[in-house]
Amino acid sequence: MQETSGQSRWHALTPWLFMLPAMLLFAVYVIIPIFQSIWISFFDWDGIGDKVFIGFGNYAELLEDPQFWTSLWNNVLWLIFYMLAVPIGLGVALFLNQQVLGIRAVKSLFFFPFVISQVIVGVVFSWFYDPSSGLLQDIIGVFGFEPLPILASESMATYGIIAAGLWPQIAYTMILYLTGLNNLSPDQIEAARMDGAHGWSMLWKVIIPQLRPATFIAVVVTVIGALRSFDLVATMTGGGPYGSTSVLAFFMYEQSIFSYRMGYGAAIATVLFLLMLLYIAFFLWRMLRAERG
Amino acid sequence: MFPTPIQQTSRLTQISYKVALPLTILIWLLPLAAIMMTSVRSIADINAGNYWGWPEQWMLIENYTEVFARTNMGRYLLNSVLVTVPVMIFSVGLATMAGFALAKYKFTGRIAIFAVFIGGNFVPFQILMIPVRDLTIQTGLYDTIWALIIFHTAFQTGFCTLFMRNFIVGLPDELFESCRLEGASEWQIFTKIVLPLVRPALAALSVLIFTFIWNDYFWALVLVQSDEVRPITAGISALRGQWLASWQLISAGSIVAALPPVILFFAMQRHFIAGLTLGATKG
Repeated sequence: MQETSGQSRWHALTPWLFMLPAMLLFAVYVIIPIFQSIWISFFDWDGIGDKVFIGFGNYAELLEDPQFWTSLWNNVLWLIFYMLAVPIGLGVALFLNQQVLGIRAVKSLFFFPFVISQVIVGVVFSWFYDPSSGLLQDIIGVFGFEPLPILASESMATYGIIAAGLWPQIAYTMILYLTGLNNLSPDQIEAARMDGAHGWSMLWKVIIPQLRPATFIAVVVTVIGALRSFDLVATMTGGGPYGSTSVLAFFMYEQSIFSYRMGYGAAIATVLFLLMLLYIAFFLWRMLRAERG
Repeated sequence: MFPTPIQQTSRLTQISYKVALPLTILIWLLPLAAIMMTSVRSIADINAGNYWGWPEQWMLIENYTEVFARTNMGRYLLNSVLVTVPVMIFSVGLATMAGFALAKYKFTGRIAIFAVFIGGNFVPFQILMIPVRDLTIQTGLYDTIWALIIFHTAFQTGFCTLFMRNFIVGLPDELFESCRLEGASEWQIFTKIVLPLVRPALAALSVLIFTFIWNDYFWALVLVQSDEVRPITAGISALRGQWLASWQLISAGSIVAALPPVILFFAMQRHFIAGLTLGATKG
């Protein structure tokens, strides 16, 4: 009897031992820092000296800071326009979902901007937009327009950066949809064809509902990409001109690393985190609901 | 199949499709082509505005040699390898163990722990930045390769655990039961049964992690600062500051930096896409 109960206790411990290293690392470097950051956001702190508790002082200051509103607004623009990656990705996937000679190569060529670092994407598009000799100027020049210094313009720069971000993101959503299209049920499509559905009505009523899992993942990764946007802003404009392209992620980095305002930076990070939390909660809810049944 | 296979459409549609296909890919890759053309030009060519024309001088070897000879490009590449490879091994290893536990044992808190691993993946890096940077400074790891290795391992463990758990959950339970009846220990089951069976998933996961880590920029800015440890992404952006308008060098450097993940992708495409689209068909 003693033996068995010892063994079963050991048995109950087994999964925890398997998880221990992963849980420990994840807790120390991911979970606990979230709470620490929220805690730091209630202090005035330069990162070296003493922390001074100021309650919601940082948040009150944020509300008054025009740079915060610009950054938040730019994140909203990112969310809206980055979402174009979902329908465009679907369009490209539909276009490429054929069996012709060399289609595999075409699909990989379409996809591979996604595997390139965003820093490089930033370089590629900075050159593309370059006002003195960039390709874009040559193209619009054909139509008789003057060169547009996109990244130097306060009103256009953010759109220019988002367009650069769409390039790899469309590649990503496209591959999700191609996989989805591969897994369509041929029976349902045939049945719908029998009923006279084709073209748009087929797409709306039969195909898109079946692609729901792909759409869901595409929306989730696009939202997260939009809220995480940092690399492109940092490499293409560094937040400029005059802070007009800053996003919350970049604003936070700037305040903490360059202005030594850790408490203020933590408050910005907390706002960004709360925005993301809405989506994380939604995603987890869907995921766990599917898990249960 | 949707849309209708092109073979079943009119001759005109078929021809226009075959024309449109290469044309679209050309337009799609135009910005990249521009960088590639620029990387073989001379500075005189660029200053003269010769953007699409035939290069006056082919500077392929000169430009790429200069990138390696005059800068720390070689060092940056090596640093990226030194960070990326250990992270791949550690995070996939830890996640296989954790994923096995979450997939094949019933215990209270299982769903909650799984949810934490998934949720943790999506947090913005900025909410982790200040505490992780502090911890790294306190442990004396700031500005060392280990700062990046440990953080990336920890963070990627979340995604890897989700991935491995979903793979292992599909393995048949009978396999594990029969081994237990034969008296195998749980650790033996893990090494003798689970590890060989997860090999296809390991390939997919490893190429994904390689790409994520190789392309990381934020943590390369936050956790290290000297040239001796700087990975390629941070290296390139530092070089841009030095080279200013030397676009032929920036272009060549960027291509060198992009090459490893691109080569890996083309070599392991099937695994890469299988990993990335996990969940796109169900869930």
